[in-house]
Amino acid sequence: MERFDRSELADLLREAAGGDEGAVLDEGALDTLFLDLGYDSLALLQVTGVIERDHDVVLDEEALAEAQTPRQYLDLVNGALAARAAA
Amino acid sequence: MTAAANGSTGLTRRRGAAVTGLGVVAPGGIGVRSWWEAMLRGETALGPVTRFDASGYPATLAGEVTGFADEDHVPAKLLPQTDRVTRLSLAAAAEALDDAGLEPRDLPDYAMGVVTANSTGGFEFGQRELQALWSKGRRHVGAYQSFAWFYAANSGQISIRHGLRGPSGVVVSEQAGGLDAVAQARRRLRAGVRAVLTGGFDSAVCPWGWTALLAAGGMSTRDDAERAYLPFDADACGHVAGEGGALLVLEEAGAARARGAAVLGTVEGCAATFDPAPGAGPPRLLAAARLALADARIGPADVDVVFADAAGERDADRAEARALAELFGPYGVAVTAPKSLTGRLGAGGSALDLAAALCALRDQVIPPTAGAVRVAGDCPVDLVRGAPRPARLRHALVLARGRGGFNAATVVRAAR
Repeated sequence: MERFDRSELADLLREAAGGDEGAVLDEGALDTLFLDLGYDSLALLQVTGVIERDHDVVLDEEALAEAQTPRQYLDLVNGALAARAAA
Repeated sequence: MTAAANGSTGLTRRRGAAVTGLGVVAPGGIGVRSWWEAMLRGETALGPVTRFDASGYPATLAGEVTGFADEDHVPAKLLPQTDRVTRLSLAAAAEALDDAGLEPRDLPDYAMGVVTANSTGGFEFGQRELQALWSKGRRHVGAYQSFAWFYAANSGQISIRHGLRGPSGVVVSEQAGGLDAVAQARRRLRAGVRAVLTGGFDSAVCPWGWTALLAAGGMSTRDDAERAYLPFDADACGHVAGEGGALLVLEEAGAARARGAAVLGTVEGCAATFDPAPGAGPPRLLAAARLALADARIGPADVDVVFADAAGERDADRAEARALAELFGPYGVAVTAPKSLTGRLGAGGSALDLAAALCALRDQVIPPTAGAVRVAGDCPVDLVRGAPRPARLRHALVLARGRGGFNAATVVRAAR
């Protein structure tokens, strides 16, 4: 099954909102608020648009609003990918 | 002069507007010092367009900002969400605040705002997104297109970066914008705001922007940089477009004095007028100049130099020369157009002229118009050409006309 992992998310965040080359989302960052990591709602909107496009999946808007950390966000994306695979 | 205008004590004293900081990113130089030195050398910054292949366009010359490394001026996190014009603005904002010795975050919240002018928005950014839309589809359009193209993006990004949370805004009136923004900033000072970062920027040197500028009209189609933009010359054939602009820190004069700030000059008079429909009456540039002098409580004899709008089109040049002759007498005041060396920068152009006027007042020297200009007999102006002219300068009058009928005039006075 298709999986969306943290390094892919790190790359997309960097492309969307700038930052240092090779920056990674380490274990601690996974549970840090996006805002505290320096990514605002527009950066996430940009990332979501790319994921929806490249993975041909639609993410639930209300669930997106509640996904405030990388771990929550990854769970949401992978949940949607799993649901699509099961359908 | 009245006691009030002299700023002496009294109940009627007006809140003065002092310029305490300046930032410039323009053809000829990044930073006030390198740009101003290029202007005094009378060096043209016009040349073939390098930012894109303009060989298939009627106009192939531009006044470009060269050597601007984004990463030297803009935080990495802002790069994906900013057009070039916003990056140029951010660089000038940082320079102006540094020059003023002002750290906005040390001021009370809401004490300082930002009012900038812009007339084309972020064309380069918008073109990229439009190309993605039409070649790949809507899912390839980025989220930042929602604001990065917008006229107000410059004010917004400057406000966020420097914590300028006071009254802010954007003015859109083409070439007149830089002066109109300063007038709006002064209004804010009079309403009690402590300081405002203000001025104007434009940049549209990309295929889409170029197409829009060509459609607006007036662009020179010559490919000789020395002969393409010749304001007040019988051989005038339009203007060369450029990019860049200037920002200045406008500060309530009393507060500036109280913190011991170095004052570059003061904004004494502001005015704006609007032309009647073509054929329905004379243009109103002269009215704007008169209103600005009245606002400054000075007469024509108090003005020592005029920074002309200098359209570079015969009819418009004659109209401006006539207005100047009526106000000051034929050849009655020194006139200059350093924009003949940089091109017309839209909203950035009049802001840059204001910066030039302030530097002229500081150094007591008038920067020259391009040396190639030969003043036409039907333009009775004492044009400073080719080399700077030292002079005793008390007041400078800056004029600007924006496409669509905008006229603006600003009077600045030397610091004392």
